[in-house]
Amino acid sequence: MTGKSPRIELRAAPHVKRPVGVETIMRNVVLALLPIAAFSVWQYGLSALALLVTATLACLATERWVNRLAGGPNTLSDWSATITGLLLGLTLPPSFPLWMAAVAGFAAIALGKALFGGLGHNVFNPALVGRAFVQAAFPVSITTWVPAYAPDRFTSFIPTTFTLPFMTPPDISAWAKAAVDGFTGATPLARWKFENLLATPADLLSGAVTASAGETSALLILACGLYLAARRFLDWRIPVAVLGAAALTAWAFQFAGPERYPDPAFVLLSGGLMLGAVFMATDMATSPVTPKGVWIYGATIGVLTVMIRYFGGLTEGVMYAILIGNALAPLIDQYTQPRVFGARGRRA
Amino acid sequence: MNLFSPFARKTFARGVHPAGNKSTAGTPLRRLPFAPRMILPLAQHIGKPAVPTVSVGQEVVRGQLIARADGFLSVPLHAPVDGVVEAIELMPSARGPWTESIVIRTYEASTQEVRCGTPRDMDALTPQEIIQAVQETGMVGLGGAAFPSHAKLTVPKGRAIHTLVVNGCECEPYLTCDHRVMLERTDDLIQGIRYAMRAVGAEKAVIGIEDNKPDAVAAIRAKLPADGRITVAAVETKYPQGAEKMLVKSALGLEVPAGGLPSEVGVVVNNVGTLAMLGRLLPLGQGLTERAVTVTGPGIKRPGDYWVPIGTPMRHILAWAGAEDVSEREIILGGPMMGQAVASLDVPVTKGVSGILVFDRRRVEAEANRPVHACIKCGECVNACPMGLNPSMLGLLADKLEYDQMGAEYHLGDCFECGCCTYVCPSNIPLVQQFRVAKGVLRERAELARAKLEPHESGERFDFGHKEGEGRKGGGSRHTVHTTPPAST
Repeated sequence: MTGKSPRIELRAAPHVKRPVGVETIMRNVVLALLPIAAFSVWQYGLSALALLVTATLACLATERWVNRLAGGPNTLSDWSATITGLLLGLTLPPSFPLWMAAVAGFAAIALGKALFGGLGHNVFNPALVGRAFVQAAFPVSITTWVPAYAPDRFTSFIPTTFTLPFMTPPDISAWAKAAVDGFTGATPLARWKFENLLATPADLLSGAVTASAGETSALLILACGLYLAARRFLDWRIPVAVLGAAALTAWAFQFAGPERYPDPAFVLLSGGLMLGAVFMATDMATSPVTPKGVWIYGATIGVLTVMIRYFGGLTEGVMYAILIGNALAPLIDQYTQPRVFGARGRRA
Repeated sequence: MNLFSPFARKTFARGVHPAGNKSTAGTPLRRLPFAPRMILPLAQHIGKPAVPTVSVGQEVVRGQLIARADGFLSVPLHAPVDGVVEAIELMPSARGPWTESIVIRTYEASTQEVRCGTPRDMDALTPQEIIQAVQETGMVGLGGAAFPSHAKLTVPKGRAIHTLVVNGCECEPYLTCDHRVMLERTDDLIQGIRYAMRAVGAEKAVIGIEDNKPDAVAAIRAKLPADGRITVAAVETKYPQGAEKMLVKSALGLEVPAGGLPSEVGVVVNNVGTLAMLGRLLPLGQGLTERAVTVTGPGIKRPGDYWVPIGTPMRHILAWAGAEDVSEREIILGGPMMGQAVASLDVPVTKGVSGILVFDRRRVEAEANRPVHACIKCGECVNACPMGLNPSMLGLLADKLEYDQMGAEYHLGDCFECGCCTYVCPSNIPLVQQFRVAKGVLRERAELARAKLEPHESGERFDFGHKEGEGRKGGGSRHTVHTTPPAST
C-alpha cells in the first residue's frame, strides 16, 4: 500500500438513498406486534408468554439452521423470522402445547419460507403456513379454547402447555370451568355458528372473549396497524380492502337473511380477521405490488373470509382466505400492471 | 381530479422526496480564479464532436472560437481564457474513456475580459436566424442534458408549438445554481425566454419553479412583462419534477406520449440557466465560456455557487472550495440522483455540469456496508416510478437476464433513469443500474439486428453473447441465438 494516491469511490447514480432498509421495516413491525403480544400475556398469563416465546424461538432456530445448511449469511438480523414467530404465536390458542408450537414454528420457516428461497421468495405467508400445518396435524389442540382473565393466570400454567411430545394433552374443560365460571369452551364465531349466540361488540373490542392468543383486542390491533401505516411500513390499502369487502359481503348477507346472518360489526371484530387484515394480508412478499392489485387482493380475502365462515365446515376462514389470496397475488400483479405515463390506450 | 384542481398543488403522479440539502441557496454566485490550465473536450454535447479551428502553439483570447460545429447536431467551442493552445490530445473525461480535448495554458497576467463578438439587433432576426445565432453561441442544455439548444428550438416539421415551458425546478438535491441564476439574472432570463418564444413560435411561456424557492417565484413575477404571455407556475417540490415530461404534466396538465417528444403536445422545454445565458449572450454575439456550478456536499469546506469557466479542471475547483484531501471520497458531477461519479481529478467542468458534489468518507463507508436483500415486493418502487413502470418486476427479470421481455412487455424503453426506484428500495437493490445495463444490451441487440440486414458489415464488434451466458447456466443458449454474430463472408 502506498497510502498516498487518493482512493476515489466510483458508484453509479443515484448516490443518495432513502434511509429505510428491510431491517427498518421489519424492526418496526416487530415493535408494532409487541403491544399485542403484551396484551395477550395480560389476558392469558404465563401460558401465552411461553407460547409466544416458544414459537418465536423455534422460528429463529430454524432460520439459523437453514442459514447454516445453505451456507448463506445470517438472516436473523433482518427481523423477518421474529415477525413470523410472533405472528404464529398470536394465531395459536393460548392452551396450545409448546412442543406443537415448536413444530409450527419449524414448519413456518422451513416449509413456508426456506424451501422457496428465503425472504422475498416465499409465495405464502410463513406464519400461516405454520398454522395450517398444525391445524392439519393437531386438529383437537388447535380448537381447544381457554377463558381469558383466569384468576391464577400469572401463577400457574394452563395444564396442556407442558404436554410431552406425542402424548395426548389432558382434558382441560374441568380446569377451564373452574377457572372462569360459565365458560363454554367455544369462540364467539363457533357460538354464533353452532348456537346462534352473538358476542357484543364491546366484548369483542376489549378482548373479553375466547380466542387465539393475539386476536382478541381489535382496537389494539388497529392502533398498532395505524402506527405502521403512518410510517409507511404497511400498505393501508390492504386492510381497508379486506375489512371493507368483508363488511360489504356480511352486510349483503344480513340484508338478504337478517335472522340467519350476523351484522357486519360482528364479522369484522370477531375471530382473526383484524389480525389477519392488518398484519398477515399485508406481508409484503406475499401481496401484490401494483396499486390496483392490492385492492383486488384485499377484497378477495375479505369476501373469501366471510364465505368460508358462513358456508365452510370451519368456524374461522381468515387463514385460508389469506393463503388463497397469496396464491393469487402473482396472477393479480400480472393483470394489473400500472398504466405507463403517456401510454396510448390502456394495457391489459 | 379536475374537481379539486383549483386546490391541488401542480404536480405529477408518484416520484420521491429526498432531503433537499440546498444549503448554498442563500449565498450569491461567486467567481473562482482562473485555473492555470483549461481542458476542453471536443465532445461535451450530444451529437457530433466539434472540429478544432486552432492549432497547438496558437494564442487565443477569451471568447474566441476554437472549434466549429460539425453539422447540425453539433455546437462550436469558445476559448474560456486568454492563453495559448498547449495541446490537442486525449484527456480524461467524466464518462470514462479519454476524449480528444483542446488544452489551453492560461495567461495569468491577462485581465480575462471577453472582447469578442459582434452585437446583434435581436428584434430584427427571423426565427431561423435566431436558431442560427443560438448555435453560434455553442449553447447546450445547461440543466445537465447537454443537448444542443438550437436543435431543441428547431420545431419538427408539421408540428406547432403553443407554449414554451421554462424549467426552473432544480429538483436534484444539493443543487442551487439555477436558483441563484433566477434570482441574480432575472432580466437575462426574461430576455432569453422572449428569444426562445420567437424561435419556436410559441404564444405563451410558463416558468415552472418548485415551491421550495418562493423567493425565485417572487423575483421573476416582479419582472414579468405586462402582456401576460409569460407566467410562473409554482409546482410541488418533488423529484423528478424537473424531468421534461413531468414538468409539462405539472405545469400544463399535458401528458407527452410514451416514446415521444414534448413537441407532440405543442410544447418545447428549456432550462432557466440555458435561457438566462442565451438572453445575455445573443445580443452581444458572444459564445458560451462559463456556467453556474454548485460546489457542495459534506466533503466540501467552503460550499457555494460559482461562475466556472468551461474547461476548469476539478482539481482546481476542489482545492479552492476546500477539499484538498479527496481520498476515499466520492466526487459527483451533477446532482446526487443522476450525476456521474468521476475517477480523475483532471476531469474538467464541461457545459453540462451543473454541480460538483463531494461525499465524505463516513458516508461512503455507510453506503458501501449496506446489505443487499432479495426483493421483498413492498411495492415502494412502483409507487415511486414517475413513468408508471413496475421496477420490481423489471428488477426480477434483469436478474434472470430476460432483457428482451423487459423491453417488450414491461416498457423498459420508457425508463429515463431518474433513479427513484433505487432511491426507495429497502432491499438496496441497484434497480436503475441494472436497467441501464439492460438498455445498453437491448441497444446493441438492435444494432446487431440492423447489421444482420446489411451482410457486408462485420458483426465482430457485437460479440458479447458469451459474456452474458457466463453468468448463468442453461439460460445462455437462448440468448446466444440472438447475439451470435453473423458469419463473416
